[in-house]
This record gives sequence, structure tokens and C-alpha cells, in this order.
Amino acid sequence: MPLHFELVTPARLVRSEDVHMVVVPGTEGEFGVLEGHAPFMSTIRDGAVQVYRTEGSQPEEIQVRGGFAEVGENGLTVLAEHVEG
Amino acid sequence: MASLKELKGRINSVKSTQKITKAKQMVAAAKLRKAQAAAEAARPYAARLAEVMASLAGKVSGDSAPKLLAGTGSDQRHLLVVVNTDKGLCGGLNSNIVKEAKAQARALIAAGKSVEFFLVGRKGRAPIRRDFADQIGGGFDTSTVRDPGFAEAEAIASELMAKFESGSFDVAHLIFAEFKSALAQDPLTQQLIPVPAPATASESGAVVEYEPGEEEILEELLPRYVKTQIFGALLEIAASEQGASMTAMDNATRNAGELIDKLTIQYNRSRQAAITTELVEIIAGAEAL
Repeated sequence: MPLHFELVTPARLVRSEDVHMVVVPGTEGEFGVLEGHAPFMSTIRDGAVQVYRTEGSQPEEIQVRGGFAEVGENGLTVLAEHVEG
Repeated sequence: MASLKELKGRINSVKSTQKITKAKQMVAAAKLRKAQAAAEAARPYAARLAEVMASLAGKVSGDSAPKLLAGTGSDQRHLLVVVNTDKGLCGGLNSNIVKEAKAQARALIAAGKSVEFFLVGRKGRAPIRRDFADQIGGGFDTSTVRDPGFAEAEAIASELMAKFESGSFDVAHLIFAEFKSALAQDPLTQQLIPVPAPATASESGAVVEYEPGEEEILEELLPRYVKTQIFGALLEIAASEQGASMTAMDNATRNAGELIDKLTIQYNRSRQAAITTELVEIIAGAEAL
């Protein structure tokens, strides 16, 4: 089962796709989110969100600044103020 | 009766004006589409943020709530953040916003509160200064950038937050025009600070884990929420400006067309009158011989 991942900035919806795993730079440490993760919310520090499209593939890095991540029933949502690239 | 030459000059001048209003109307129509798309693109973020705020605000309440949510405990000093456009040629949009702002200010003053203005956008400055010259506490100039975006919203929010932290006001309201359609933009007043407690979302039942803690997240979220509100207002005003401009310019083009028709008829009549007079003179002269 894939994980639904959304990356949203105030200006637009940057990503909305199904991926295997996402590693998020949380304030208290990085955490990886897979399908079926328990409901969770964390602020994020400036850094790279790593998106693994399939198991074992090379991660795609997206630089984000300021925001927070929310894991709910519908997957992972990262709300970031700035996204580079 | 104006001479033929004068009439011709007026017709040409109205035609030039019509060309300008027509061009401005088409520019506004194109920009409106863009502004509307931008406003729509901003909605997911705002919606998500409001959702999270609602679920958090319900959990963190009472004495532990941050100042931005709970307020200063008094509501004596009000700050009105009035968002106007930078450019004119958009019908009654700005005067409607200013009217709303003045009405709010008068109501607050009548209730014995003190009022201060914070003006965003160039077109609100003069009319508000006319009535409330001493109450203008500051402003933000958006005319230096082409499309006010999130960076500007951030700058405005941080200025407001600094004012709030230093205790120069208790309550802030945001006054802007809500974009309904190209024909209707309604002035709207929204409470900005303290952040109005959103209607608590229905509990999903799932236990959510918070990192670091609920309060810390809420404390970080509130400034973001304020920024998003201001950003939303900037987008609304941009869309409203283009919508109002399109309508106003459409009217202006039509009026110019009517005026041209009227002047053309007048021009043709005078020309015909001149020809008739000339003929009468020639015939009278020929008969006299």
C-alpha cells in the first residue's frame, strides 16, 4: 500500500502523490513515515524532505523551511512556508 | 453650437479614451484569471491550517493558552488593518473599503474604545487621513512589488506581531474586500488578533501524538495562522481589484461609445446645416441676378 503524501505551501499545492516512504526533518529529529503510521503531528526544522517513490529507490530531496507535518488517516501532509525547487 | 472642427476634436479625444479603457479592461480580465487562480491555489494551505488550529485550540485552553489566542485580557485599544489596492481605475472598490473601515472606527470610538489604523496599499491613505489623521499608526507599502505575495504578508504579520508583543494594541481587525465575482466585491471585517477560536472540529477519536508538545506547536502555529490570514486578504484584494477594474472599465468603454454616437450625430447635423445654409445662399444669389 502506498502512502499518500501532500506538500503544501501558502502559494500552492506543491505535491500530491502516492509514494512509498517520506523522511521528514522534525524539530526533535528526523522521522520516516510509511503507510499506516499512527496519527502524529510535529513541527519541522529547515531541511530536506526525502521522498522515496518505491522501496529501495534513490530519495528525492525537497528543501523546506518553516512549517509542520501532520500524519492522519489520509496520509502525510507537510505544510511548509517555503519550498525550494 | 460648437464648430465642426471642435466637434471632430472631441470625437477623436473620446475615441482615444475609449481605446485606453478598452485596453485596461482586457488587461484586467487577463490578470483576473491569474489572481483567481492564485487565490484558489492558496486555499488548501489555509484550510489545512484552520483544521489543525481547530483541533489544537480545543485541547489547549485556559491559562496555558498563548497570548495570541487568549488576548491581553482587555479590549480597549483596537487596531484596524485596512488593506487597499495600490492602483486606481477600479470603480468604487477602495471607497467601499474605506467606508467600511470608517464605519468600524466610528462604532468603536462611540463605544469608548481607542482606534488606530494600519494601512496596507496606497489608495487607502489619503481618504483615511482626511478623517483620522492622528490615528494612523503605521502602514505597509505594497506598491514596490508587482504582485504582493507571501513575503509581503510575512513582513506585515511580523510588524503587527511586534506591535502586539510590545503591547500597543489589544485587538486587531483586518478590513479588506472579499472577492465574490467580477461584479461583486464586498468589504469584510475579520478579527485577526487575538486569533478567534475556530469552531472545534469533530473529534476523530484517534489519539494524535504531538512533537514537541501541543502548546509548543500551537505557539508556532498562531503566527503562521496570522500570516496566512493576511496573505489571504492580499490575494482577495488582488482579485477584487482586477474584477472591479474590469467592470468599471467595461462601463467606461460603453459610456464612451454612447458619447461618440451622440457627438457623431451632432457633427453630422451641423455639417448638414452648413451645407443647407450654403445652398440657400447660392440659390438666393442666383435668383437675385
